[in-house]
Amino acid sequence: MLHKPAAETGIDNAAKKKARLGVWFFFLYLFFYAGFVAIGVLNYELLGQEVMMGLNLAIIYGFGLILFAVLLGILYNYLCSRYEDDMNDKEEIQS
Amino acid sequence: MIYGVSYIALLFFIVFVSFVLWLSFYFARKTKSAASYYAAGGQIHWAVNGIAFAGDYLSAASFLGICGMIASVGFDGFLYSIGFLAGWVVALFLIAEPLKRLGKYTFTDALNSTFKSRAVTLTAAISTLIVSIFYLIPQMVGAGDLVTPLLGLPHWVGVVLVGMVVIIIVASAGMTSTTYVQFIKGGLLIVLSTILTIYILKNGFTLKPDHKDQPYHEFAILSPEVANGKVVRAEDWKVVSQNEVKGKNFVKLEKGGVERWFDLVKKEEKYTLTEALSISEGDNGSKLYNGEPKSKAKFYQVGHMSKIIVDGKEVNRSGPVGPFEFLSTIEKSEIVRFSETKFTDNGKKVTVYSQNITSGKDFMLPGLKYKIGKGASVWSRLDFISLMLALFLGTAALPHILIRYYTVKSQRDARKSTILAIAAIGAFYVLTLFLGLGAAVNGVLDVESSNMAAPLLARAFGVVLFSVISAVAFATILGTVAGLIIASSGAIAHDLMDSYMKLDLSDEKKVRAGKISAFAVGVFAIALGILFKGMNVSFLVGWAFSIAASANLPAILFLLFWKKTTAKGIAWSIIVGIVSSLGIILTSPTMWDRYGLDTANAIHKLDNPAIISFPLAVITVFLVSLMSQQIRNNNTEQFKA
Repeated sequence: MLHKPAAETGIDNAAKKKARLGVWFFFLYLFFYAGFVAIGVLNYELLGQEVMMGLNLAIIYGFGLILFAVLLGILYNYLCSRYEDDMNDKEEIQS
Repeated sequence: MIYGVSYIALLFFIVFVSFVLWLSFYFARKTKSAASYYAAGGQIHWAVNGIAFAGDYLSAASFLGICGMIASVGFDGFLYSIGFLAGWVVALFLIAEPLKRLGKYTFTDALNSTFKSRAVTLTAAISTLIVSIFYLIPQMVGAGDLVTPLLGLPHWVGVVLVGMVVIIIVASAGMTSTTYVQFIKGGLLIVLSTILTIYILKNGFTLKPDHKDQPYHEFAILSPEVANGKVVRAEDWKVVSQNEVKGKNFVKLEKGGVERWFDLVKKEEKYTLTEALSISEGDNGSKLYNGEPKSKAKFYQVGHMSKIIVDGKEVNRSGPVGPFEFLSTIEKSEIVRFSETKFTDNGKKVTVYSQNITSGKDFMLPGLKYKIGKGASVWSRLDFISLMLALFLGTAALPHILIRYYTVKSQRDARKSTILAIAAIGAFYVLTLFLGLGAAVNGVLDVESSNMAAPLLARAFGVVLFSVISAVAFATILGTVAGLIIASSGAIAHDLMDSYMKLDLSDEKKVRAGKISAFAVGVFAIALGILFKGMNVSFLVGWAFSIAASANLPAILFLLFWKKTTAKGIAWSIIVGIVSSLGIILTSPTMWDRYGLDTANAIHKLDNPAIISFPLAVITVFLVSLMSQQIRNNNTEQFKA
């Protein structure tokens, strides 16, 4: 019994397509995240530049990374759900 | 810091903890099988699971540690918020669904679903245990810190209290009750942090952050007579002694039978003595706080601004401010931080917390803890990169987060849960910046422990808010510790005893073994929580992330994305990840300080190991898998035959 999943999942024909999308989104986010770290290490002074509303680049970039993660997540869910609806039978989606 | 008992806070605390315990016993009656104990039967609603995810993840490190670190070192604390959230991107895009497809109860099961290898079982179970224990330490430290102002009890009592309550929770009901506890406290934490942020913005800024029952301490500034760098006279104070430590000069003065420490500062050829906070330890272990016994309550909460600039003008106080105005005002003003220096004076151990005026521009940039600007050393820059790497890669490899993927019924639900968690956690992390900065300027900091910034900030705005926030923070710790102990007990009872040692226990005995393991891990966590008192909990959690990123993530990623991965490759990668990350941590400057040694003599200058240990583990899984292809092929042939 312990070597069965806690809840059974059906066959997912969209699995490969979703995995590829996930990898793309991961690298997209990684690019911006690494950008923040790179600016900090290579051009630290740039983080102190005022960007908007009296706030420096460090704050705006930090908030931006948090917001970007949320938006990217919502888009990922939307696209994955569409792939599942298109490629799987309704019964499989439910499982 | 010196705290008295708050009876209202105590009442809220008892009511809340009682409710949590009742919830546990209620679900205990429904927990009959191993599936129910470890994975809540895979039947939790995705929305409940999403908020429970947030509740699980928003541990003491987030609420206590990040807020405290922002309050003491500014933007460097916010780096943890950015990194902790970014880690969810890895979890969502690369791990959540494939793992759910493989999923059973534990991280080890998932990792071993292809190979059925005893070596993978053993190494993954050990890794789960080590990561969970490193994650448990800061939670227990946070619990001790929290209980001190709440109940006026010593730190160790708080640690024991949390340990005992959690052992009861976990041993009674397992994952179902843990999920609902995390759901409730995750939701409450976000709501209460929003309320607290509104209070901060409404309050605005003032140079003298008085509290309702206690005016802010006015730190004395004296004009001394100095000859050859030595203070010879200091107004109506008597000069007792002077110590030069790491380029700073501390002077002990006496007035009315009370001795206080001052920081001697030379600015534009003029000397000033600025009052500091101090703890002096006598030969018999007794301590004097600011020269007086603890009962006199002369060891003040601190954190204020020395200059407030609003619309280009210097003011004594501002009115209510908007969120962006709040941040930009701090950036243009000056904040007084308190720096710790330890030395010996006439055979007595002395800790002085001296004022350190910091420009808002520096406070709102990385660099006060992780030096990366001009003049920063290579080690320091590497440490910064290493931290950001660990935070990014660690989340997806935390066993207690991974097991939550198995509590919902489908991959779609696992994905929706994760996105809801990201949104909730993201909102909370934005608030941490306001909470931390609010604590930095509102005179609520405990110089002995930065972890109490957020709850003490709540106390400045009213005892009811403090009571509720403290109770929720306590529940935060309860929920996270419960999740960690479930993961650890799963590793011991299910992975080690059942899968590795093949004890062939019945379903009922597996649950009992899990509960006994939970008790043992809980007791161990209590001991570690007492040992690591005083350390910032976010910093400690950073270590757990480093170990998880190094030991678990390469194994998971290669298993999911590279078909040539072998059981040997996974097992060796986990071993290399654990040994290298633990080795670097145990020889780090911070641990050197814990051992009572001079940090300058530490073997290396790296506090965060991921930059070395993660690539090492990746190379290991790759090379060992390539080298063991023949064995894999043979096994496959045998299987086909």
